Amino acid sequence: MEPVFLFSQFFNGLVLGCIYVLLSLGLTVVFGTLGVVNFAHGALYMLGAYAAYTVATHLHLNFLACLILCPVIVAGIGMVLEKCLISKLYKLPHYYNLLLTFGIMFIIQDAIKIIFGPEGEPFNIPDLLQGAVNLGFMYYPKYRLFILVVTALLSGGLWLFIEKTRLGAIIRAGTDNAEMADALGTNISWTFTLIFGLGAGLSGLAGVLAAPIQNVQPAMGMDILVQTFVVVIIGGMGSIGGSILAGLVIGQILTFSIVFWPPGSTTLIYAFMALVLVTRPRGFFGRVSFFE
Amino acid sequence: MTLLQLENVHAAYDESQVLSGVSLEIAKGELVTLLGRNGAGKTTTLRTIMGLLPPRSGRISFNGQAINGLAPNRIAKLGVGYVPEERGIFPSLTVSENLMFPSWGRGETGWSLERIFHFFPRLHERASHKGSQLSGGEQQMLAIARILRAKMDLLLLDEPTEGLAPLLVETIGTILKEIKGSGLTVLLVEQNTRFACQIAERHNILYGGKIVHTCSNDEFMRDTEIQHKYLGV
Repeated sequence: MEPVFLFSQFFNGLVLGCIYVLLSLGLTVVFGTLGVVNFAHGALYMLGAYAAYTVATHLHLNFLACLILCPVIVAGIGMVLEKCLISKLYKLPHYYNLLLTFGIMFIIQDAIKIIFGPEGEPFNIPDLLQGAVNLGFMYYPKYRLFILVVTALLSGGLWLFIEKTRLGAIIRAGTDNAEMADALGTNISWTFTLIFGLGAGLSGLAGVLAAPIQNVQPAMGMDILVQTFVVVIIGGMGSIGGSILAGLVIGQILTFSIVFWPPGSTTLIYAFMALVLVTRPRGFFGRVSFFE
Repeated sequence: MTLLQLENVHAAYDESQVLSGVSLEIAKGELVTLLGRNGAGKTTTLRTIMGLLPPRSGRISFNGQAINGLAPNRIAKLGVGYVPEERGIFPSLTVSENLMFPSWGRGETGWSLERIFHFFPRLHERASHKGSQLSGGEQQMLAIARILRAKMDLLLLDEPTEGLAPLLVETIGTILKEIKGSGLTVLLVEQNTRFACQIAERHNILYGGKIVHTCSNDEFMRDTEIQHKYLGV
Protein backbone atom coordinates (compact mmCIF):
# COMPACT_ATOMS: atom_id res chain seq x y z
CA MET A 1 0.00 0.00 0.00
CA GLU A 2 1.40 3.36 -0.97
CA PRO A 3 2.11 5.99 1.69
CA VAL A 4 0.19 8.64 -0.29
CA PHE A 5 -2.91 6.50 -0.13
CA LEU A 6 -2.52 6.09 3.64
CA PHE A 7 -1.97 9.82 4.03
CA SER A 8 -5.08 10.66 2.07
CA GLN A 9 -7.06 8.17 4.17
CA PHE A 10 -5.63 9.78 7.30
CA PHE A 11 -6.85 13.17 6.04
CA ASN A 12 -10.25 11.69 5.20
CA GLY A 13 -10.38 10.38 8.75
CA LEU A 14 -9.54 13.86 10.06
CA VAL A 15 -12.32 15.44 7.99
CA LEU A 16 -14.87 12.88 9.16
CA GLY A 17 -13.54 13.41 12.68
CA CYS A 18 -14.09 17.17 12.29
CA ILE A 19 -17.79 16.65 11.62
CA TYR A 20 -17.97 14.47 14.75
CA VAL A 21 -16.07 17.09 16.74
CA LEU A 22 -18.48 19.87 15.75
CA LEU A 23 -21.49 17.69 16.49
CA SER A 24 -20.24 16.33 19.78
CA LEU A 25 -19.05 19.74 21.07
CA GLY A 26 -22.63 21.00 21.10
CA LEU A 27 -23.96 17.78 22.57
CA THR A 28 -21.37 17.67 25.32
CA VAL A 29 -21.67 21.35 26.32
CA VAL A 30 -25.45 21.00 26.56
CA PHE A 31 -25.16 17.83 28.58
CA GLY A 32 -22.46 19.21 30.88
CA THR A 33 -24.40 22.36 31.68
CA LEU A 34 -28.09 21.55 31.35
CA GLY A 35 -27.84 17.86 32.17
CA VAL A 36 -29.96 17.15 29.11
CA VAL A 37 -29.03 14.41 26.67
CA ASN A 38 -30.35 15.86 23.46
CA PHE A 39 -31.49 13.16 21.04
CA ALA A 40 -32.77 15.88 18.70
CA HIS A 41 -29.17 17.04 18.16
CA GLY A 42 -28.87 15.04 14.93
CA ALA A 43 -32.11 16.56 13.67
CA LEU A 44 -30.63 20.02 14.23
CA TYR A 45 -27.60 18.95 12.18
CA MET A 46 -29.95 17.86 9.41
CA LEU A 47 -31.78 21.19 9.69
CA GLY A 48 -28.44 22.95 9.19
CA ALA A 49 -27.88 21.02 5.95
CA TYR A 50 -31.41 21.73 4.70
CA ALA A 51 -31.09 25.38 5.67
CA ALA A 52 -27.90 25.53 3.58
CA TYR A 53 -29.69 23.87 0.68
CA THR A 54 -32.58 26.34 0.90
CA VAL A 55 -30.38 29.41 1.25
CA ALA A 56 -28.11 28.34 -1.61
CA THR A 57 -30.69 26.97 -4.06
CA HIS A 58 -33.75 29.11 -3.45
CA LEU A 59 -32.27 32.35 -2.17
CA HIS A 60 -29.21 32.05 -4.46
CA LEU A 61 -26.80 33.17 -1.77
CA ASN A 62 -23.19 32.00 -1.75
CA PHE A 63 -21.66 29.39 0.55
CA LEU A 64 -20.16 31.95 2.92
CA ALA A 65 -23.64 33.32 3.53
CA CYS A 66 -24.81 29.76 4.26
CA LEU A 67 -21.97 29.29 6.75
CA ILE A 68 -22.96 32.40 8.68
CA LEU A 69 -26.73 32.45 8.25
CA CYS A 70 -27.66 28.78 8.72
CA PRO A 71 -26.02 28.18 12.13
CA VAL A 72 -27.75 31.35 13.36
CA ILE A 73 -31.11 30.05 12.09
CA VAL A 74 -30.59 26.65 13.75
CA ALA A 75 -29.37 28.34 16.96
CA GLY A 76 -32.57 30.41 16.95
CA ILE A 77 -34.70 27.29 16.51
CA GLY A 78 -32.73 25.68 19.35
CA MET A 79 -33.35 28.64 21.66
CA VAL A 80 -37.09 28.55 20.97
CA LEU A 81 -37.09 24.78 21.64
CA GLU A 82 -35.24 25.31 24.93
CA LYS A 83 -37.54 28.07 26.13
CA CYS A 84 -40.76 26.25 25.19
CA LEU A 85 -39.94 22.58 25.82
CA ILE A 86 -36.45 21.60 26.97
CA SER A 87 -36.53 23.96 29.98
CA LYS A 88 -39.44 21.95 31.41
CA LEU A 89 -37.13 18.94 31.71
CA TYR A 90 -34.75 20.31 34.34
CA LYS A 91 -36.95 19.32 37.25
CA LEU A 92 -38.28 16.06 35.77
CA PRO A 93 -36.88 12.49 35.86
CA HIS A 94 -34.50 11.49 33.07
CA TYR A 95 -36.89 9.40 30.99
CA TYR A 96 -38.87 12.54 30.17
CA ASN A 97 -35.64 13.82 28.63
CA LEU A 98 -35.46 10.76 26.40
CA LEU A 99 -39.12 10.91 25.37
CA LEU A 100 -39.19 14.64 24.66
CA THR A 101 -35.97 14.95 22.69
CA PHE A 102 -36.69 11.77 20.73
CA GLY A 103 -40.13 13.15 19.93
CA ILE A 104 -38.67 16.47 18.78
CA MET A 105 -36.27 14.58 16.54
CA PHE A 106 -39.10 12.69 14.81
CA ILE A 107 -41.21 15.82 14.42
CA ILE A 108 -38.36 17.74 12.79
CA GLN A 109 -37.45 14.79 10.57
CA ASP A 110 -41.02 14.25 9.36
CA ALA A 111 -41.61 17.97 8.88
CA ILE A 112 -38.58 18.00 6.56
CA LYS A 113 -39.91 14.96 4.70
CA ILE A 114 -43.26 16.71 4.18
CA ILE A 115 -41.65 19.92 2.95
CA PHE A 116 -38.73 18.60 0.87
CA GLY A 117 -39.71 14.98 0.20
CA PRO A 118 -37.95 11.87 1.49
CA GLU A 119 -35.34 11.38 -1.25
CA GLY A 120 -32.83 14.07 -0.44
CA GLU A 121 -31.41 17.09 -2.24
CA PRO A 122 -28.22 17.64 -4.21
CA PHE A 123 -25.70 20.08 -2.82
CA ASN A 124 -22.55 20.91 -4.73
CA ILE A 125 -19.19 21.95 -3.42
CA PRO A 126 -19.02 25.75 -3.80
CA ASP A 127 -17.07 26.88 -6.87
CA LEU A 128 -14.40 28.67 -4.90
CA LEU A 129 -13.54 25.51 -2.98
CA GLN A 130 -13.58 23.04 -5.85
CA GLY A 131 -10.45 21.31 -7.00
CA ALA A 132 -7.43 20.10 -5.09
CA VAL A 133 -4.46 21.63 -3.32
CA ASN A 134 -0.89 20.40 -3.73
CA LEU A 135 0.36 19.63 -0.23
CA GLY A 136 3.82 18.70 -1.55
CA PHE A 137 3.48 15.00 -0.94
CA MET A 138 -0.05 14.65 -2.28
CA TYR A 139 -3.06 16.42 -3.75
CA TYR A 140 -6.00 16.86 -1.46
CA PRO A 141 -9.50 18.30 -2.13
CA LYS A 142 -9.72 21.98 -1.23
CA TYR A 143 -13.12 21.66 0.37
CA ARG A 144 -12.00 18.96 2.77
CA LEU A 145 -9.03 21.07 3.86
CA PHE A 146 -11.46 23.92 4.37
CA ILE A 147 -13.46 21.75 6.83
CA LEU A 148 -10.25 21.03 8.75
CA VAL A 149 -9.39 24.73 9.02
CA VAL A 150 -12.90 25.81 10.03
CA THR A 151 -13.11 23.11 12.70
CA ALA A 152 -9.70 23.97 14.11
CA LEU A 153 -10.58 27.68 14.29
CA LEU A 154 -13.96 26.98 15.80
CA SER A 155 -12.68 24.56 18.44
CA GLY A 156 -10.00 27.04 19.45
CA GLY A 157 -12.51 29.87 19.49
CA LEU A 158 -14.94 27.89 21.61
CA TRP A 159 -12.21 27.02 24.08
CA LEU A 160 -11.15 30.68 24.35
CA PHE A 161 -14.78 31.73 24.74
CA ILE A 162 -15.47 29.29 27.57
CA GLU A 163 -12.14 29.63 29.38
CA LYS A 164 -11.34 33.31 28.93
CA THR A 165 -14.51 35.37 28.68
CA ARG A 166 -16.96 36.52 31.26
CA LEU A 167 -19.88 34.74 29.63
CA GLY A 168 -17.71 31.63 29.44
CA ALA A 169 -17.08 31.87 33.18
CA ILE A 170 -20.82 32.07 33.73
CA ILE A 171 -21.32 28.98 31.59
CA ARG A 172 -18.70 27.13 33.62
CA ALA A 173 -20.29 28.32 36.84
CA GLY A 174 -23.67 27.12 35.59
CA THR A 175 -22.11 23.73 34.88
CA ASP A 176 -20.48 23.56 38.31
CA ASN A 177 -23.44 24.65 40.36
CA ALA A 178 -26.43 26.20 38.63
CA GLU A 179 -28.31 26.84 41.87
CA MET A 180 -25.43 28.84 43.34
CA ALA A 181 -25.01 30.84 40.12
CA ASP A 182 -28.70 31.71 40.39
CA ALA A 183 -28.33 32.68 44.07
CA LEU A 184 -25.48 35.03 43.11
CA GLY A 185 -27.64 37.01 40.72
CA THR A 186 -27.21 35.27 37.37
CA ASN A 187 -30.35 34.74 35.35
CA ILE A 188 -29.56 31.11 34.86
CA SER A 189 -32.58 30.31 32.72
CA TRP A 190 -31.38 32.70 30.01
CA THR A 191 -27.86 31.32 30.32
CA PHE A 192 -29.28 27.85 29.70
CA THR A 193 -31.24 29.07 26.67
CA LEU A 194 -28.07 30.61 25.30
CA ILE A 195 -26.08 27.42 25.85
CA PHE A 196 -28.70 25.30 24.12
CA GLY A 197 -28.69 27.79 21.25
CA LEU A 198 -24.90 27.54 21.07
CA GLY A 199 -25.07 23.74 20.91
CA ALA A 200 -27.78 23.88 18.25
CA GLY A 201 -25.77 26.42 16.24
CA LEU A 202 -22.66 24.21 16.29
CA SER A 203 -24.78 21.29 15.15
CA GLY A 204 -26.27 23.40 12.36
CA LEU A 205 -22.79 24.47 11.28
CA ALA A 206 -21.71 20.83 11.11
CA GLY A 207 -24.74 20.23 8.90
CA VAL A 208 -23.78 23.07 6.53
CA LEU A 209 -20.19 21.82 6.28
CA ALA A 210 -21.27 18.23 5.73
CA ALA A 211 -23.88 19.12 3.08
CA PRO A 212 -21.48 19.12 0.09
CA ILE A 213 -19.77 15.84 1.05
CA GLN A 214 -22.71 13.83 2.36
CA ASN A 215 -26.23 13.42 1.05
CA VAL A 216 -28.64 16.08 2.24
CA GLN A 217 -31.50 13.81 3.27
CA PRO A 218 -33.95 13.58 6.16
CA ALA A 219 -32.31 10.63 7.92
CA MET A 220 -28.76 12.08 7.88
CA GLY A 221 -29.06 13.31 11.46
CA MET A 222 -30.38 10.03 12.76
CA ASP A 223 -27.51 8.13 11.12
CA ILE A 224 -24.78 10.26 12.61
CA LEU A 225 -26.36 10.73 16.05
CA VAL A 226 -25.40 7.33 17.43
CA GLN A 227 -21.76 7.77 16.41
CA THR A 228 -21.78 11.24 17.95
CA PHE A 229 -22.94 9.74 21.24
CA VAL A 230 -20.05 7.31 21.04
CA VAL A 231 -17.70 10.29 20.64
CA VAL A 232 -19.21 12.15 23.61
CA ILE A 233 -19.05 9.07 25.84
CA ILE A 234 -15.47 8.23 24.90
CA GLY A 235 -14.36 11.85 25.30
CA GLY A 236 -16.06 12.18 28.67
CA MET A 237 -19.55 13.64 29.05
CA GLY A 238 -19.31 17.42 29.32
CA SER A 239 -15.65 17.72 28.28
CA ILE A 240 -14.73 19.94 25.33
CA GLY A 241 -11.18 18.65 24.98
CA GLY A 242 -12.46 15.10 25.28
CA SER A 243 -14.92 15.61 22.45
CA ILE A 244 -12.23 17.00 20.16
CA LEU A 245 -9.83 14.15 20.81
CA ALA A 246 -12.48 11.43 20.69
CA GLY A 247 -14.05 12.85 17.53
CA LEU A 248 -10.71 12.72 15.71
CA VAL A 249 -9.95 9.22 17.02
CA ILE A 250 -13.36 7.88 15.96
CA GLY A 251 -12.94 9.51 12.53
CA GLN A 252 -9.67 7.59 12.09
CA ILE A 253 -11.05 4.27 13.35
CA LEU A 254 -14.03 4.50 10.99
CA THR A 255 -11.96 5.52 7.97
CA PHE A 256 -9.20 2.95 8.40
CA SER A 257 -11.57 0.12 9.26
CA ILE A 258 -13.35 0.79 5.97
CA VAL A 259 -9.99 0.56 4.19
CA PHE A 260 -8.56 -2.50 5.92
CA TRP A 261 -11.52 -4.44 7.21
CA PRO A 262 -14.85 -3.25 5.77
CA PRO A 263 -17.06 -5.77 7.61
CA GLY A 264 -15.80 -4.41 10.93
CA SER A 265 -16.38 -0.76 10.09
CA THR A 266 -19.80 -0.61 11.73
CA THR A 267 -18.83 -2.41 14.93
CA LEU A 268 -15.23 -1.39 15.61
CA ILE A 269 -16.09 2.00 17.14
CA TYR A 270 -18.46 0.31 19.59
CA ALA A 271 -15.79 -2.19 20.52
CA PHE A 272 -13.45 0.75 21.12
CA MET A 273 -16.10 2.46 23.24
CA ALA A 274 -16.52 -0.71 25.30
CA LEU A 275 -12.77 -0.89 25.81
CA VAL A 276 -12.63 2.74 26.97
CA LEU A 277 -15.60 2.28 29.29
CA VAL A 278 -14.10 -0.80 30.90
CA THR A 279 -10.70 0.77 31.49
CA ARG A 280 -11.81 4.35 32.14
CA PRO A 281 -15.58 4.72 32.72
CA ARG A 282 -15.48 8.54 32.75
CA GLY A 283 -13.98 8.68 29.24
CA PHE A 284 -10.81 10.57 28.24
CA PHE A 285 -11.34 13.83 30.13
CA GLY A 286 -14.68 13.29 31.87
CA ARG A 287 -15.23 14.24 35.47
CA VAL A 288 -14.94 11.62 38.13
CA SER A 289 -18.47 12.37 39.32
CA PHE A 290 -19.92 10.81 36.19
CA PHE A 291 -20.06 7.01 36.40
CA GLU A 292 -17.07 6.53 38.73
CA MET B 1 -35.20 49.91 60.67
CA THR B 2 -36.31 46.44 59.63
CA LEU B 3 -34.29 44.96 56.79
CA LEU B 4 -35.73 41.47 56.62
CA GLN B 5 -39.06 40.25 57.86
CA LEU B 6 -40.60 36.79 57.71
CA GLU B 7 -44.28 36.45 58.62
CA ASN B 8 -45.75 33.01 59.22
CA VAL B 9 -43.66 31.36 56.50
CA HIS B 10 -44.45 27.76 55.62
CA ALA B 11 -42.17 25.68 53.40
CA ALA B 12 -41.86 22.04 52.48
CA TYR B 13 -39.82 19.63 50.41
CA ASP B 14 -42.28 17.51 48.44
CA GLU B 15 -44.56 16.13 51.15
CA SER B 16 -42.51 16.79 54.25
CA GLN B 17 -43.28 20.04 55.99
CA VAL B 18 -40.10 21.69 57.25
CA LEU B 19 -41.12 25.23 58.16
CA SER B 20 -44.48 25.60 59.81
CA GLY B 21 -44.93 29.28 60.42
CA VAL B 22 -41.57 30.99 60.85
CA SER B 23 -41.76 34.64 61.88
CA LEU B 24 -38.59 36.61 62.23
CA GLU B 25 -37.37 40.19 62.03
CA ILE B 26 -33.89 41.55 61.49
CA ALA B 27 -32.91 45.20 61.73
CA LYS B 28 -30.34 46.84 59.49
CA GLY B 29 -26.80 46.33 60.73
CA GLU B 30 -27.59 43.50 63.11
CA LEU B 31 -25.71 40.22 63.42
CA VAL B 32 -28.27 37.68 64.57
CA THR B 33 -28.30 33.91 64.63
CA LEU B 34 -30.67 31.14 63.89
CA LEU B 35 -29.98 28.36 66.36
CA GLY B 36 -31.55 24.95 66.61
CA ARG B 37 -30.92 21.25 66.56
CA ASN B 38 -30.26 19.23 63.45
CA GLY B 39 -33.34 19.13 61.27
CA ALA B 40 -34.98 22.10 62.98
CA GLY B 41 -35.21 23.87 59.62
CA LYS B 42 -32.30 26.34 59.83
CA THR B 43 -30.88 25.71 56.38
CA THR B 44 -34.38 25.53 54.94
CA THR B 45 -35.13 28.97 56.38
CA LEU B 46 -32.09 30.44 54.58
CA ARG B 47 -32.96 28.66 51.34
CA THR B 48 -36.52 29.93 51.56
CA ILE B 49 -35.39 33.53 52.09
CA MET B 50 -33.03 33.17 49.10
CA GLY B 51 -35.88 31.89 46.90
CA LEU B 52 -34.23 28.52 46.32
CA LEU B 53 -37.23 26.92 47.99
CA PRO B 54 -40.34 29.01 47.33
CA PRO B 55 -42.53 29.26 50.44
CA ARG B 56 -45.93 27.55 50.42
CA SER B 57 -47.45 30.42 52.31
CA GLY B 58 -46.52 33.44 54.39
CA ARG B 59 -44.72 36.64 53.52
CA ILE B 60 -41.07 37.52 53.25
CA SER B 61 -40.11 41.13 52.81
CA PHE B 62 -36.73 42.68 52.27
CA ASN B 63 -36.23 46.43 52.55
CA GLY B 64 -40.03 46.70 52.67
CA GLN B 65 -40.52 44.82 49.41
CA ALA B 66 -42.19 41.41 49.22
CA ILE B 67 -39.68 38.89 47.84
CA ASN B 68 -41.47 35.57 48.30
CA GLY B 69 -41.97 33.90 44.94
CA LEU B 70 -39.13 35.80 43.21
CA ALA B 71 -36.36 33.86 41.47
CA PRO B 72 -33.10 33.58 43.43
CA ASN B 73 -31.25 35.79 40.95
CA ARG B 74 -33.83 38.57 41.43
CA ILE B 75 -33.50 38.31 45.20
CA ALA B 76 -29.71 38.41 44.88
CA LYS B 77 -29.93 41.54 42.73
CA LEU B 78 -31.96 43.21 45.49
CA GLY B 79 -28.99 42.67 47.81
CA VAL B 80 -29.31 39.30 49.53
CA GLY B 81 -26.07 37.29 49.60
CA TYR B 82 -25.99 33.59 50.37
CA VAL B 83 -23.16 31.40 51.60
CA PRO B 84 -24.38 27.81 51.87
CA GLU B 85 -22.98 25.24 54.26
CA GLU B 86 -20.98 23.61 51.48
CA ARG B 87 -19.77 27.15 50.51
CA GLY B 88 -20.89 27.04 46.88
CA ILE B 89 -17.49 27.83 45.38
CA PHE B 90 -17.34 27.12 41.65
CA PRO B 91 -14.59 24.49 41.37
CA SER B 92 -13.72 25.15 37.72
CA LEU B 93 -13.47 28.93 38.17
CA THR B 94 -10.36 30.61 39.53
CA VAL B 95 -10.48 32.59 42.76
CA SER B 96 -10.58 35.83 40.73
CA GLU B 97 -13.38 34.55 38.53
CA ASN B 98 -15.33 33.41 41.57
CA LEU B 99 -14.98 36.97 42.91
CA MET B 100 -16.18 38.74 39.78
CA PHE B 101 -19.20 36.49 39.56
CA PRO B 102 -21.82 38.15 41.75
CA SER B 103 -20.81 41.73 41.01
CA TRP B 104 -21.75 41.05 37.44
CA GLY B 105 -25.26 40.09 38.47
CA ARG B 106 -25.70 43.00 40.84
CA GLY B 107 -24.43 45.63 38.49
CA GLU B 108 -22.57 47.52 41.19
CA THR B 109 -19.51 46.59 43.14
CA GLY B 110 -18.86 46.65 46.85
CA TRP B 111 -15.36 46.06 48.08
CA SER B 112 -12.62 46.55 45.52
CA LEU B 113 -10.39 43.59 44.69
CA GLU B 114 -7.48 45.37 46.41
CA ARG B 115 -9.48 45.73 49.60
CA ILE B 116 -10.56 42.08 49.47
CA PHE B 117 -7.04 40.84 48.86
CA HIS B 118 -5.72 43.11 51.62
CA PHE B 119 -8.34 41.71 53.98
CA PHE B 120 -7.88 38.10 52.86
CA PRO B 121 -4.16 37.83 51.97
CA ARG B 122 -4.56 34.07 51.58
CA LEU B 123 -6.95 34.64 48.66
CA HIS B 124 -4.47 37.03 47.07
CA GLU B 125 -1.81 34.31 47.07
CA ARG B 126 -4.23 31.88 45.46
CA ALA B 127 -5.92 34.31 43.04
CA SER B 128 -5.20 32.25 39.96
CA HIS B 129 -5.95 28.85 41.55
CA LYS B 130 -9.12 27.01 40.67
CA GLY B 131 -11.84 26.77 43.29
CA SER B 132 -11.32 23.02 43.45
CA GLN B 133 -7.77 23.52 44.75
CA LEU B 134 -8.75 25.50 47.84
CA SER B 135 -8.86 24.21 51.40
CA GLY B 136 -12.07 24.36 53.41
CA GLY B 137 -11.00 27.54 55.20
CA GLU B 138 -9.98 29.24 51.97
CA GLN B 139 -13.29 28.29 50.40
CA GLN B 140 -15.15 29.83 53.32
CA MET B 141 -13.15 33.08 53.02
CA LEU B 142 -13.77 33.17 49.28
CA ALA B 143 -17.50 32.58 49.74
CA ILE B 144 -17.70 35.51 52.17
CA ALA B 145 -15.41 37.69 50.04
CA ARG B 146 -17.65 37.04 47.04
CA ILE B 147 -20.59 38.56 48.89
CA LEU B 148 -18.51 41.59 50.00
CA ARG B 149 -17.41 42.18 46.43
CA ALA B 150 -21.04 42.37 45.35
CA LYS B 151 -22.14 45.00 47.87
CA MET B 152 -24.96 42.99 49.35
CA ASP B 153 -27.06 44.37 52.22
CA LEU B 154 -27.78 41.05 53.89
CA LEU B 155 -25.59 38.00 54.26
CA LEU B 156 -27.20 34.61 54.87
CA LEU B 157 -24.40 32.52 56.31
CA ASP B 158 -24.87 28.80 56.89
CA GLU B 159 -22.50 27.16 59.40
CA PRO B 160 -19.30 28.97 58.45
CA THR B 161 -17.24 27.20 61.12
CA GLU B 162 -18.26 23.69 60.18
CA GLY B 163 -15.24 21.46 59.66
CA LEU B 164 -12.70 24.23 60.29
CA ALA B 165 -9.74 24.04 62.68
CA PRO B 166 -10.07 26.15 65.89
CA LEU B 167 -7.60 28.75 64.65
CA LEU B 168 -9.59 29.23 61.46
CA VAL B 169 -12.83 29.46 63.42
CA GLU B 170 -11.28 32.38 65.29
CA THR B 171 -10.26 34.01 62.00
CA ILE B 172 -13.79 33.66 60.63
CA GLY B 173 -15.09 35.26 63.84
CA THR B 174 -12.76 38.24 63.41
CA ILE B 175 -13.78 38.58 59.79
CA LEU B 176 -17.47 38.56 60.70
CA LYS B 177 -17.01 41.27 63.32
CA GLU B 178 -15.16 43.43 60.80
CA ILE B 179 -17.86 42.86 58.22
CA LYS B 180 -20.53 43.81 60.69
CA GLY B 181 -18.61 46.99 61.40
CA SER B 182 -18.77 47.86 57.72
CA GLY B 183 -22.58 47.89 57.84
CA LEU B 184 -23.52 44.50 56.45
CA THR B 185 -26.42 42.74 58.16
CA VAL B 186 -25.81 39.06 58.89
CA LEU B 187 -28.16 36.16 59.54
CA LEU B 188 -25.99 33.35 60.84
CA VAL B 189 -26.94 29.71 61.16
CA GLU B 190 -24.65 28.01 63.62
CA GLN B 191 -24.36 24.69 65.47
CA ASN B 192 -21.37 25.94 67.38
CA THR B 193 -23.22 27.82 70.16
CA ARG B 194 -20.03 29.06 71.78
CA PHE B 195 -18.91 30.67 68.54
CA ALA B 196 -22.38 32.14 68.01
CA CYS B 197 -22.33 33.74 71.49
CA GLN B 198 -18.98 35.39 70.82
CA ILE B 199 -20.15 37.39 67.83
CA ALA B 200 -23.95 37.67 67.72
CA GLU B 201 -26.13 40.30 69.36
CA ARG B 202 -29.34 38.38 69.23
CA HIS B 203 -30.44 34.78 68.82
CA ASN B 204 -33.52 33.22 67.28
CA ILE B 205 -34.23 29.68 68.31
CA LEU B 206 -35.85 27.43 65.78
CA TYR B 207 -37.66 24.36 67.02
CA GLY B 208 -40.05 22.14 65.09
CA GLY B 209 -40.19 24.52 62.14
CA LYS B 210 -41.03 27.60 64.20
CA ILE B 211 -39.16 30.36 66.00
CA VAL B 212 -39.90 29.51 69.63
CA HIS B 213 -37.68 32.06 71.34
CA THR B 214 -35.80 35.21 70.52
CA CYS B 215 -33.50 37.01 72.94
CA SER B 216 -30.39 39.12 73.27
CA ASN B 217 -27.02 37.46 73.60
CA ASP B 218 -26.78 38.34 77.32
CA GLU B 219 -30.16 36.80 78.09
CA PHE B 220 -29.30 33.73 76.10
CA MET B 221 -26.00 33.21 77.92
CA ARG B 222 -27.75 33.42 81.32
CA ASP B 223 -30.68 31.22 80.36
CA THR B 224 -29.19 27.74 80.48
CA GLU B 225 -32.67 26.24 80.60
CA ILE B 226 -33.44 27.47 77.09
CA GLN B 227 -30.09 26.26 75.85
CA HIS B 228 -30.79 22.85 77.30
CA LYS B 229 -34.41 22.57 76.24
CA TYR B 230 -34.08 23.58 72.58
CA LEU B 231 -30.47 23.02 71.73
CA GLY B 232 -29.50 20.15 73.99
CA VAL B 233 -26.42 22.07 75.18
